[in-house]
Amino acid sequence: MILKESQIMKIHYITGIAALFVVAVHIIMRLVMPFSMSLEYENVIANYQNIAYAVLLESILVLIAIHGFNGLRIILIEFRQNIAWENGVTVFTLVAMIALIAYGTRTIIVANGLG
Amino acid sequence: MTALLNIKTRRKKLERDEKKESTLESSRKVVHLRVYRKNPKQDKSSHFDKFEVPVQRWSTVLDALLHAKGYLDKSIAIRYSCRMASCGSCGMKINGIPRLACYTKVSEIDGNIITCEPLPNFPVIRDLVGDFSDFFEHHSAMEPFIHNQNADIVDENRLTEFIQTPEDVENYLQFSYCIKCGLCYSACPSVGSDTRFPGPQALAQAYRYVADNRDDATQSRLNIVDNKHGIWRCHFAGSCSVVCPKGVDPALGIQLLRGHLVNFSKNDKKLAESRTRNLGKT
Ligand code: SF4
Ligand code: FES
Repeated sequence: MILKESQIMKIHYITGIAALFVVAVHIIMRLVMPFSMSLEYENVIANYQNIAYAVLLESILVLIAIHGFNGLRIILIEFRQNIAWENGVTVFTLVAMIALIAYGTRTIIVANGLG
Repeated sequence: MTALLNIKTRRKKLERDEKKESTLESSRKVVHLRVYRKNPKQDKSSHFDKFEVPVQRWSTVLDALLHAKGYLDKSIAIRYSCRMASCGSCGMKINGIPRLACYTKVSEIDGNIITCEPLPNFPVIRDLVGDFSDFFEHHSAMEPFIHNQNADIVDENRLTEFIQTPEDVENYLQFSYCIKCGLCYSACPSVGSDTRFPGPQALAQAYRYVADNRDDATQSRLNIVDNKHGIWRCHFAGSCSVVCPKGVDPALGIQLLRGHLVNFSKNDKKLAESRTRNLGKT
């Protein structure tokens, strides 16, 4: 499936705006208790074990990975203008994005205790 | 008595002339022109030549350059034609800013050193003259003319009239003021890094025809700009709109065109198309 650049950019904008919201929620959640306490091991694990929070973390991971790696693709394709470079950059960013999402998802699953 | 009156009038006239002369004298000054010199056919290196040029209050940078070319060094290469900001040929970087030499008065410039360089993002042909081939290719790739399936220009009986209201014209009018001077293209950082990026001028022209309700090729025009090196590579630096000498806002055109691409704009073309189609029936 080959997406048009406008479709990719639509995804880029939507993931960017959505990421702003979920990251804001994530930061606000740090404030329900004193900040340093919120980062203590037990509290972090407790967060992961709360299914709603785990879903929030997963959505941050997916949204930021898509938005960030597409941003990287955009920067890199401006460096050189040839098909081999463009295809290489697209494949590299796609693979890196999938790998990061897979690794992050695995961490969330393990910390949640499902794995 | 009459003779005395005559002498008095003549003396007054003489005084007036002298005053005029001295005002003219004080409006004259000398500026130092620093002109970029390069001839890639002979030598890869470049240098600046300095000229002292007398100017008046009303002199433009182009006047100063033509004085230097006419009296001091005939080999300076400059491109110009209309001398009135209409042809778009005298664009150059003047004290670091892309401007039209014929539209920049010497008196507008701080200090009396004027540095003239060729426009960035255009390969230098010689001295201040750049190669506009890529720029015009990008422009013509946008198909900068009206496409209209319902207008038959061959069969006289099917000739239709393109009626537009003043509001219809307003949608694209400012973009039609473009004189293709290339100042916006030279100021654009994306053009500097991506040679396949069409640049602000071409993209603004694409919008100019998309916004024109006589044109029915919106989709094909959107397809032309919707690619890896197309409209999405504009990072909205906005320098194009700052340097345009004709009041065109190419950055705005680009954003509006993007709106069409992501369906954030109302599709006014549908209405326009049906209006043109009905035209023949009325
Ligand atoms: S948009 Fe303005 S600066 Fe750009 S080519 Fe047209 S007239 Fe020149
Ligand atoms: S000479 Fe025509 S625009 Fe300057």
